[in-house]
Amino acid sequence: MHGVSKRYGGVRALENAELAVEAGRIHAVLGENGAGKSTLIKVMSGVVQPDEGSMLLDGKPVHFDSPAAAQAAGIACIFQELSLIPDLSVADNIGISNPPQRFGLIDRKAQRRMAEEALARAGAEGIHPLALVKDLSLSRRQMVEIAKALARKPRILILDEATSALTAADVTKIYAVLKRLRAEGLALVYISHRMHEIAELADECTVFCNGHSVASYAAGTKTDNEVVELMIGREYSAVFPPRNAHVETQSTPVLDVRGLSWPDRLNDVSLELRAGEVIGLGGLDGQGQRELLLALFGVLRGTAGEVRIDGRPVTIAGPHAAKSRAIGMALIPEDRKTEGLMLPMSIRDNLSFAALDTLSRWGIVNASAERAAVERIVQLLAVRCDGTGVPAGSLSGGNQQKLVIGKWLLMAPRILLLNDPTRGIDVGTKQEMYQLLRELAGAGAAILFYSTDYDELVGCCDRVLVMYDGAVIRELVGAEITERALVSNALNIGAEGRHVGRTPGVLS
Amino acid sequence: MSAAQQKGLSSDWPHQLREHKGTLMAFVAFVAMFTIYAANHAAGLNANVATTAANKGALLAIVAIAQTLVVITSGIDLSVGMVMVLANCLASTIVVGTPLMTAVGVAGVLLVGALCGAINGLIVIYGRLQPIVTTIATGAIYYGAALALRRVPGGDIDATLADALTGQLPGGVPASLVLLLALVLIVWLPFQRSSVGRAAYAVGSSEVAAYMSGVPIRRAKFVAYTLSGLLASVAGLFLTCITYSGEASAANGSTYTLYSIAAVVLGGVSLFGGSGSAVGAIFGALMFRTIGDLLFVFNVEPLWQPLFQGIVLLAAVCVGSLRLLRIRNRLDLYG
Repeated sequence: MHGVSKRYGGVRALENAELAVEAGRIHAVLGENGAGKSTLIKVMSGVVQPDEGSMLLDGKPVHFDSPAAAQAAGIACIFQELSLIPDLSVADNIGISNPPQRFGLIDRKAQRRMAEEALARAGAEGIHPLALVKDLSLSRRQMVEIAKALARKPRILILDEATSALTAADVTKIYAVLKRLRAEGLALVYISHRMHEIAELADECTVFCNGHSVASYAAGTKTDNEVVELMIGREYSAVFPPRNAHVETQSTPVLDVRGLSWPDRLNDVSLELRAGEVIGLGGLDGQGQRELLLALFGVLRGTAGEVRIDGRPVTIAGPHAAKSRAIGMALIPEDRKTEGLMLPMSIRDNLSFAALDTLSRWGIVNASAERAAVERIVQLLAVRCDGTGVPAGSLSGGNQQKLVIGKWLLMAPRILLLNDPTRGIDVGTKQEMYQLLRELAGAGAAILFYSTDYDELVGCCDRVLVMYDGAVIRELVGAEITERALVSNALNIGAEGRHVGRTPGVLS
Repeated sequence: MSAAQQKGLSSDWPHQLREHKGTLMAFVAFVAMFTIYAANHAAGLNANVATTAANKGALLAIVAIAQTLVVITSGIDLSVGMVMVLANCLASTIVVGTPLMTAVGVAGVLLVGALCGAINGLIVIYGRLQPIVTTIATGAIYYGAALALRRVPGGDIDATLADALTGQLPGGVPASLVLLLALVLIVWLPFQRSSVGRAAYAVGSSEVAAYMSGVPIRRAKFVAYTLSGLLASVAGLFLTCITYSGEASAANGSTYTLYSIAAVVLGGVSLFGGSGSAVGAIFGALMFRTIGDLLFVFNVEPLWQPLFQGIVLLAAVCVGSLRLLRIRNRLDLYG
């Protein structure tokens, strides 16, 4: 790939990226959140089309306008978000893109043989080809995904965080499978954030940073620290408001979580959050941060552990209970379009939803109180709009995000949970958001803030909890919060021997 | 010993049972209801009683197959009943005369049905409109065409054809059941076993995953909608054979549309798409019809029929929703 670029709106996800992959090699791609890794493989597998640049396959230029076209050229991709069809059987899924046919109908016997063969090649003989995918565990599904890719007899196999959902036993099998495929002459592109996996498997590595491919080198020629340096190297683009000088550390925590677990995703998470504090959740994307916030907000069923509010143990049965006056919790969700706003409804309606209880008497909404409260928020957050009657969907992304936050501010929450609130919004709005967070904390709110942008964690937070595999593996306080510390802890470098969740210790 | 067992896997049948659970449950429920009905019928179950019951059941069953095809892609077709009515009016006009003219007429009716379905499909695929709105609109258009054809009830149909489809075969087997079986063998099974049918299931189960897997999404939807229209016109033809006339009845169209959805649900087809079988929907349709017959043999007033049908439908939906109790992330309830 040469000089490949891709922009989403004004955001450059990939710029002048270069990658050369050889047959019979495993090529690792590294980079922090948003470095452009995922966009790169989306381009390679035909999911998105590049704005510029060229791709050569065996020296000939190629262009894929759909995943089907890339597959036809021998490129198979195993994505983080699974591409399996839940209601179909394992065999049906493995044969989905090119089922064996006889007389125009699918030859189920041949398909089954093909599935059994592919499962065996992926080291997953234990999976029944007739089982429905929706009945399998996450780890088993991932193995089916790998078998499905292999069934297409690809020449280039791309694995995007393929091991993140696997159990230790399956990881060991996959290592053996990948090494065998390499010996068979496949070109493998391996995206992972687990440094020990890369040390174990990779022949070559390419590091991505801010959409650029910053370095390619033979595996083993750089130390972990050098790799982290390469991955950081980004310019600071934001100015952050000063932290609150003093947080009362002796006071009872507003939110006190002890040993919170949720099967497969959250592992014994404990944290204390005090009034006036901003705590960041760090780590790579998808290490349980989102689940932690949802669990606190009462969305997940079957959680274990204890949650205390003001020192009193509580059970939060759902968002309605979470926002009650006694708890006063608000969650700014990640996906503002589906979880945060009703886009076709007016700004006023969206803002007042969560606080309707306080704005109404005997079930009747007090229209003038509503209008006043909404006007206040719109001014406070400087939402740029033509009046509060226009639909929320007509605003820009940044202003929409302000609405999501404003909607919860109306009910004056004491505990504010934020799930990556600045993703996809412009720099100016981000600044206003940081300012707002500090003001809220200054006014006594306790804030738990998950961000995939390490700059933000460095600039905004009093403490940062780094998560890995559903557990908090490190707490950084004050001056310890640097981008380097965040990245190396997120990668769990030098900690393989310690507590690393499901990752097998023997491999470190 | 199968290959699977040699490798230490469990045998196939639990998985097959799991896959066809909805269809099997519909089958068992129908057989149970029909046995009660037959055992309590005053005249006993003779060939004439069976034929009358089969004709009523088969008509709804054919519409239910049509509905299943679209529901599998996670769409819904609210025009099936209207396509049936249009085909009814058309058949009462052109399926008459010499055997050749009759044959040409039948082909014409089926072609118009397939065309109606294809129009639905094209609008849903290329217009990117929701199936529910699209088919309400096109359904109204098809009904308008039916009215234009037949302002007042009337017309006729070739008697040989009508008697052949609604009568009995030697041995007292209702011909309508043979027609139903033929549709399953000629239309449904090839569809289900073809790669385009597989694609239709894939689209209904997860359109994103289907796209990522390189599945021909548009072709799958187009074929599903077109076949749905075709089958709805078969139902219209069959209705003409039963009534010997055509009638642009809005009530008929709406009733059959709604009942077809009920039959699909009773037959274990998921309204979210991706799972279920037309065979299940057929038993769902027969079951739905048997409710009315059961009330009749137990001397319950026909007035109660809608109420009981509603109760059975609700009960079936509740059984289908039991899985929701196991969901751990409440957001999945709304996703």
